[in-house]
Amino acid sequence: MKTENPIRGRSHVYGDDIDTDRIIPGKYTKTLELSQLAEHVLEDLDPEFRARVEVGDILVAGHNFGCGSSREQAPLALKAAGVGAVVAKSFARIFYRNAINIGLPAVEVPEHDIGTGAILNVRLTDGVVIDERSGKRFRATKMPEVMVDILQAGGLANYLKERGGYGPFSTEQNRTP
Amino acid sequence: MTYDLKGLTLAERILSVRSGRRVKAGDLVVVPVDQVMVVDSIAPSVIRLLKEELAGEIRYPERVSFVIDHVAPAANVEVATTQKQVREFAREHQINLFDVGRGICHQVLIEERLAQPGWVVVGSDSHSTIYGAVGAFGTGMGATDIALAVASGRTWFRVPETVRILFKGSRPAGVTAKDIALEVVRVLTADGATYASIEYHGTETFSLSERMTLANLAVEAGAKVGLVPTVGEALGAYEVPDWLAVDEASYETTVEIDLSGLRPSLSVPFFVDNVHPVENHLGVPVDQVFVGTCTNGRLDDLRAVAAILEGRRVAERTRLLIIPASSTVLEQAVADGTVATLLAAGAVFGTPGCGPCMGRHMGVLAPGEVCVSTSNRNFMGRMGSPEAKIFLASPEVAAASALAGAIALPETPSFGGDR
Repeated sequence: MKTENPIRGRSHVYGDDIDTDRIIPGKYTKTLELSQLAEHVLEDLDPEFRARVEVGDILVAGHNFGCGSSREQAPLALKAAGVGAVVAKSFARIFYRNAINIGLPAVEVPEHDIGTGAILNVRLTDGVVIDERSGKRFRATKMPEVMVDILQAGGLANYLKERGGYGPFSTEQNRTP
Repeated sequence: MTYDLKGLTLAERILSVRSGRRVKAGDLVVVPVDQVMVVDSIAPSVIRLLKEELAGEIRYPERVSFVIDHVAPAANVEVATTQKQVREFAREHQINLFDVGRGICHQVLIEERLAQPGWVVVGSDSHSTIYGAVGAFGTGMGATDIALAVASGRTWFRVPETVRILFKGSRPAGVTAKDIALEVVRVLTADGATYASIEYHGTETFSLSERMTLANLAVEAGAKVGLVPTVGEALGAYEVPDWLAVDEASYETTVEIDLSGLRPSLSVPFFVDNVHPVENHLGVPVDQVFVGTCTNGRLDDLRAVAAILEGRRVAERTRLLIIPASSTVLEQAVADGTVATLLAAGAVFGTPGCGPCMGRHMGVLAPGEVCVSTSNRNFMGRMGSPEAKIFLASPEVAAASALAGAIALPETPSFGGDR
């Protein structure tokens, strides 16, 4: 699934420090089956989430979203469940890289008071998130163009495939200083 | 070298040398990777990406290690099938393979000298910050980043800012590297070092094992890397490049921690930075004690437990599960009698590897159970049921709790003497 810009969706709001074990518990990461991951997404945090989430919805959180394990299944599970973007005050670094790499927009909005059920309009390149009903605008960290390109390609693997080779990784450099 | 490293942090020095120009925090670099480590649970995704998305090329197979440790031995047919595929792929491509029972990825890489001072090491496991214990720029990544590093031999980083931790004073008896590592996480908080490098100063006398405990927990404060300066006897066996020297650098912040004020601590569920003195939780009944993991499953950790349990028995209500971090640790602990002491005290041993740390097998917890664990995460559901509770502690506190059947402090002064 490729990312549109802007992204529009309904919010589901959670708090700080949502770790990868709560996004997708380790016991379910034995599989690469996306539907299986989607089935158990966020189940220890909010058992109703899976039933409530609709394609394109936006997960909203506080600080340090995605802390913990390096499992790429965490953003994959969210994406497979239909989540169109994650908006958080801050992200754990591995989750952030993983999300962009698999084509799930992770949008850093350092200050927000977004409530559940809001209709959000996320403008990646402008660095702004708009709550359409209240009209409130929240400043987002602007995303470098290459990241938006990766998201719009549907992830890093597609991005590289579309361009051929390994992009910036293809030039050989001396190994030892 | 045609560029100047003066005034740079350890992270800046490594990324400067590896990228061949002077770089500072905030710069973007593409660097060659000296070692890529892939664990069994992520390897299938990496292999799929390599085959289907990246044309199967592996630039430098000798710089790639696969380790089967997260679910080892395999817990079911599904896992066994993916591990079979991982082995076949490794053999086909001449990738280093460390199979079931060799041990936890991080312990094995350090034992095998596949992480060295000044190297860039990326691993498909978040605790890859541990390679900072030998002065390597070590960090965890997800499957796509890892697959690209395996294929191209390179990766990209934003050069991190550095948080300098400065230890002062001497530690009281009973305060271990685990307590110090938890104190760092408490002070910085779970996201206090996000994107940053932590440098641990005042660690000259720390052993290699203690440095590993410190650097291992760097990621629990959100850090990209946790670098221990390569100063002191602990790294005597390593070749440390001259350029990897500590200098007056520009740190984002310096945090001083007075070791003499520390006490044995617990990380209380469900957050690693929720650190409190053991005294606050004395007497909480304990169902399982787990000694092991990349944080505290080494020979000195097992010996510390044995010293407390020698000639005594684990409480009837409590299971004591011990999983050595590697086959080497197990062999050494057999040779010096540590294992015999622990077995006589009622311990149960598992195959060297990650064990139940991430709730996949070999000792997961039931609803309502309490575990004292020497591991590194106490998140909800981490070791099984979301209604179980995990208290993180040093091996010494784990041993005392196993004896008492409840959270307990070791008796002093015999404890903490010669570690």
